Amino acid sequence: MTYLYAAYAATWLIHIAYLGSVLARYQRLQREMQELKKR
Amino acid sequence: MKKAFPIFALLTAVLLSYALYLALVWAPTEQTMGDVQRIFYYHVPSAWTAFLLFLINFVASVWYLVWRSVKADIIALVSAEVGVVFCTVVLVTGPIWARPVWGIWWTWDMRLTLTLVLWLIYVAYLVLRRFSSGTQTPLMAAVLAVFGALDVPLVYFSIWYFRTQHPSPVIGKGGSLDPRMWHVLLINWLAFLCFAFLVSWSRYRLEKTKREVEEMLALEALLEPKGLR
Amino acid sequence: MTSLAAITGVTLRKDLRLEWRSKDAINSMLFFALLVVVIFSFSFNPTAEESRQIAGGLIWVAFLFAAVVALNQTWARELRNQVLDAYRVSPAPANALFLAKALGNFVFVSVLEAVMTPLFIIFYTLRALGPAWQLIPVAMLGTWALVVNGTFFAAMSIRTRSREIMLPLLLFPISIPALLAMVEATSAILTGEASAKFWIVLLAVYDLVFTMVSLLLFETVLGAE
Repeated sequence: MTYLYAAYAATWLIHIAYLGSVLARYQRLQREMQELKKR
Repeated sequence: MKKAFPIFALLTAVLLSYALYLALVWAPTEQTMGDVQRIFYYHVPSAWTAFLLFLINFVASVWYLVWRSVKADIIALVSAEVGVVFCTVVLVTGPIWARPVWGIWWTWDMRLTLTLVLWLIYVAYLVLRRFSSGTQTPLMAAVLAVFGALDVPLVYFSIWYFRTQHPSPVIGKGGSLDPRMWHVLLINWLAFLCFAFLVSWSRYRLEKTKREVEEMLALEALLEPKGLR
Repeated sequence: MTSLAAITGVTLRKDLRLEWRSKDAINSMLFFALLVVVIFSFSFNPTAEESRQIAGGLIWVAFLFAAVVALNQTWARELRNQVLDAYRVSPAPANALFLAKALGNFVFVSVLEAVMTPLFIIFYTLRALGPAWQLIPVAMLGTWALVVNGTFFAAMSIRTRSREIMLPLLLFPISIPALLAMVEATSAILTGEASAKFWIVLLAVYDLVFTMVSLLLFETVLGAE
């Protein structure tokens, strides 16, 4: 039974990790854009 | 366009929750494998979604080769990345399912093996995109994508014949599916397709922004020495 | 068509002559091939019966590594002397250059295989229980499968960081069906337990598809450098 939950948990972990990386990169880019606009 | 995003995100979240309920509670318990079989409702839709994304990558790559459209290049990149993510899910859930059912972690199952090869091809594609020098990256990547896509039917047939010579367990339902199980499977697939669309959309926006920033930086570097600011 | 064949022939002869005169690449590759066979023989030491089961896999993995060493230097000479730029502006068809390079690699890798095979036979006491003549089309089709894609990916890897690792990274996944076919066909012929026909047909189809695609897309890749 733990195998079932492990599989579902693993699935969401993978998706969340990817989405997290996309979000982090986006935030970093937004910061860069602010700096560029200031200059 | 941007306003639709949060609404769609909410709808997708609801759909995913409903699909999860169906998979864990509503779907009938399988006779031979028991509750572990419910991994099926995540494993198979992820595989189908990954294959669809790779198909999109192929179409976008050919489009780029013919028309050199920047949009096509971004779509190719995004679909490859998200496709690899879904592939990873298939490759992780597959062994987790196989272990309690057959006692082995890996089997040269058709879907699992095909997914593994596709994962390898597209990770190589992503590495090429990262390692090649700026201007020619989209072209090289598109060419590789064509090679990869043409390889797929050959991979399929080679695995198929290999399995007739060396039979091994099949992960997933060998026979026909209970209609209720079909229903749960399809709902989960729909939910994951919506989710894949959301993720791809976000990644697309990220890539567009990134390229805009790079253009701005390049322009700045160009104008700077001439004192034209 | 004649000009394609003529230019291919000329380029190929030039490459072979250059290599024959200097012999630096081929000598180091030969020694590498010998080393690979010896290392494999130390690592896997089966009985004569067992060896027939696994020799197919061992031999082709060894050939694959030797082929990568050969393929990595495919364009080295051209890069050193800026030949690619000259080729880009010349009216000569790009395909001729590709075919010449691929055929040259085919010759090199075949020489390596010809050296490694007797060594494998000796170390593993190999004897084919099936139709041994079938090993020839398997070897030729299999080698071409590795070489045609390898030459193409070597060209693609030129403008990338970590050029030497890029080539196997691209080549190995794409070659999986061909590798599977080569290994299974060789095992089938050695053990005599199955027919290699399907695998030989698969290799032929693989070779056809990828030779055509490489010829179609090489101009694009060459122009991009």
